[in-house]
Amino acid sequence: MMNKTPEQINQDLLLPLNSTSWRYYVAVAALGSLVIMGLCAWGYQLDNGIGVSGLDRPVFWGVYITDFVFWIGISHAGTLISAILRVSNAKWRRPVTRCAEAITVFSLLIAATFPVIHLGRPWLFFWLIPYPSERGIWPQFRSPLLWDFFAINTYLIGSFSFLLLPSFPDFALVRDRSTGWRRRIYSIVSLGWRGTPKQWHRLEMAMRIMAVAIIPVAVSVHTIVSWDFAMAPVPGWHSTIFGPYFVAGAIFSGIAALIIAMAVLRKLLHLEEYLEPIHFDHLGKLLLAMSLIWFYFVFAESLTIWYGNEPSEMTVFWVTRSGQFSWLFWTMVICNVIIPAPILSVKRLRSKIGWTVVASIPVIVGMWLERFLIVVPSLSHGRLPYAHGGYRPSWVEIAITVGSFAAMPLLYLLFIKVVPIISIWELKLGQHEKPAEAPATVPGIAESVPASGR
Amino acid sequence: MATVKEQTQKTYRLKKRRWGMVVDEDRCTGCEACVLACHAENNIAIVGEGQAVRGRAMHWIRVERYYEGKFPDVKVKYQPVFCQQCGDAPCEVVCPTYASYHNAEGLNAQVYNRCIGTRYCANACPYDDRFFNFENPSWDKPLNLQLNPDVSVRSVGIMEKCTFCIQRIKAAEMNAEAAKRQLADGEFNPACVQSCPTEALVFGDLDDPESKVSRLAGSNRGSKLLEDLGTKPSVTYLRRGTWYDEQNT
Repeated sequence: MMNKTPEQINQDLLLPLNSTSWRYYVAVAALGSLVIMGLCAWGYQLDNGIGVSGLDRPVFWGVYITDFVFWIGISHAGTLISAILRVSNAKWRRPVTRCAEAITVFSLLIAATFPVIHLGRPWLFFWLIPYPSERGIWPQFRSPLLWDFFAINTYLIGSFSFLLLPSFPDFALVRDRSTGWRRRIYSIVSLGWRGTPKQWHRLEMAMRIMAVAIIPVAVSVHTIVSWDFAMAPVPGWHSTIFGPYFVAGAIFSGIAALIIAMAVLRKLLHLEEYLEPIHFDHLGKLLLAMSLIWFYFVFAESLTIWYGNEPSEMTVFWVTRSGQFSWLFWTMVICNVIIPAPILSVKRLRSKIGWTVVASIPVIVGMWLERFLIVVPSLSHGRLPYAHGGYRPSWVEIAITVGSFAAMPLLYLLFIKVVPIISIWELKLGQHEKPAEAPATVPGIAESVPASGR
Repeated sequence: MATVKEQTQKTYRLKKRRWGMVVDEDRCTGCEACVLACHAENNIAIVGEGQAVRGRAMHWIRVERYYEGKFPDVKVKYQPVFCQQCGDAPCEVVCPTYASYHNAEGLNAQVYNRCIGTRYCANACPYDDRFFNFENPSWDKPLNLQLNPDVSVRSVGIMEKCTFCIQRIKAAEMNAEAAKRQLADGEFNPACVQSCPTEALVFGDLDDPESKVSRLAGSNRGSKLLEDLGTKPSVTYLRRGTWYDEQNT
C-alpha cells in the first residue's frame, strides 16, 4: 500500500462526496439524456405494443433477451469476484471490492428491467410473483422463467446487502465529518454505527457468512439464466454445457467491466495511489484465465455439435460459422480471445493500465455478441425448414439498449457522490496488518510493495 | 356435499377423450381452404402485407410446400402443419403463468387472459405453431361484422394457437350432454376438417378404437412430425413411402 496517514486517506476518498466539478454535471446530463431517450423508446413501445420491435415469428426473442443475459453477466463482476477475494483473503482486494459490488447491484437492476420490457403485456409481470390470489392461481413452478425470477431476486437482495454491510462504517465516517442535513441522512443510513468492538465483531461475522453464501447464489443465477435456453428443445440451446458456459462467460465479461470501471474511476477521482497497476495486473490475469476458459467452452460445444452431426443442430452451426451470422461470430472470437489473450499474456503489457483496458473493451463487445448469437440464430433456424426466418432489430430496441448502456455509468456517477467508492475502513485495516501476516502465496503483492510501505 | 373434484367432474364432464387428427398428405391438393376456414372460424387477425413481410403473419394452419426432383420433373408435396396437440408438450412446461396448459382431453389449451407474452412457449414449440399478436387486430369494414361470437378476439401481446376449434368441441359436448347421449364419431369437426374438399383431414377421438381417426392413425402409412423429440403428437401424417410402394406394387 501507499504511505498515507488515515487522515489523508479520509480526505482523498471523501473528496468526491464533498466537491463536484462542472465536468460531473456535463457527464450526468449527457448520460441522463441517453437514459431518458431509452425510457421514451420504452414508453413508445408500451403505447404501441411490442410490434414496434423487430421481433417476428420465429425469432420471438431478440435484443431484449440479449441485453438481459448480458447485464446479468456483467453483474458477475462484482459480488462473485469480491466474495471470492474475501474468502481467499487476497490482500490486494481492498480497494477493489466496493467498485465491484456496486457494478453488480446496478447491472442487476438494469438486467431485471429487460424481461419486463420484453413482455407482450408488461403491466402483468407481477403474475410471476407467487401471491395467494382469490382465484387460487399460482405461477408455474416448472417454468425456467419462474426459476429466473427467484434467482434474480435472491441475487439482487443478496448483493445489495453485500454492498451495504461493509458500507456502514464508512457512512458513519461521513456522518462524523459532515454537518446539517447530510449529517442527519448519514446518521440514519449508518444505523447507529459507533465502532464498538461488538459492532465490529458482528460486521465481521456477517461479512464472512455473506461472502460464503453469495458464491453459490451467483453461480446459480447465471446457470438458471442459461437454463432459460437449455431447457427448451431448440437446436443450439438444448445443451448440458450451457450452465457452466454461461457462468464462465458472465465472470469473463464481469471482470472486463470491472477493469474498465476501475480505470475510469482512477482517472476521474484521482485515485492513482489507491488503484495501482498491480490491481489491474491481478485482474488482468483473471481476465486472461476466463478468456481461455471461455474459448475452451466454445471449442468443446462446437466440436460436440459437429461430431454429432444432427441436421437441425448443424443448420444452426453452419449459419453461425459460415452463413449470415458468421461475421458476428468471428468478430466475437476476435474480441474475446484473439485481442485480449495475447495482450494479457505479456507481463509487460498487462502491468500497464492502458493495455488492460484495451484488452477489456473488446470483451464487452464480444460477450454481447455471444449472447446475441445464442438467442437469434437458433430461433431463426428451427427444426422445420419451412418456418425459418430472419431478424433485424428496430430503432426502439437499439434506443433501449443504448439507454441501458448509459444507465450503468449514470448510476455509478450518482453512487460515487453518496458512497465512498473505496471502502475506507477496509483500506485502513489493510495498512495496519503486519507484513508477517501477508501470505507468501501472493507473490505479486510482495514484489510490488516496498517493505516500508506496510 | 360433493367434493370440489366431484363438482368439477360434474360441471365439466371430464371424460376420457383424446382428440386427435389424421392428415393424409396423399390426398392434400394444397388448396388452402383449411387456412381460410380457420381464419374465419377463429377470428385470426389479418396482419396485412407489411407485417406479413416481416414474418408476423398468423395462420394457425399452414400448408408447407416441398419440392422433389428437378424441373420439369418436379413433384410438389403439401404438408398441412398446425398445432400437433402434443401429449408431452414443450410449450406447456415453460409458461410461467399456466397460460399454456394441458386440458383433460389432451389438448394444449391456451388461456388468453392469463398470457403475459413471454413468448417462451413459441420458442419451445418445435413445430413453430404458436402465433403472437404483435399488434392489435383490426378488420376493415364490413369484415368486423363477420367475427365469430364464440371465439374471443385476442389483443396485442398475447400468444395464440390452434385449439382444434375448442368452441365446437365444447358446444357438441354440451349438446350431447343435454340430450343425454354420447358424442358420435364425426358428429362435429373443426373448421379445417369441415372445409377440406378431399377429406385429407380427419378429426376424432383417438381413445375410441372404433373412430375413423384412430383406425387411420394406426395405418402403416402413418408417421408423426418430429416424432423423435418425444413430444407425443396427436396428429398423424399419412404418406406413401418406399416401403409401402414395395409392398403394394
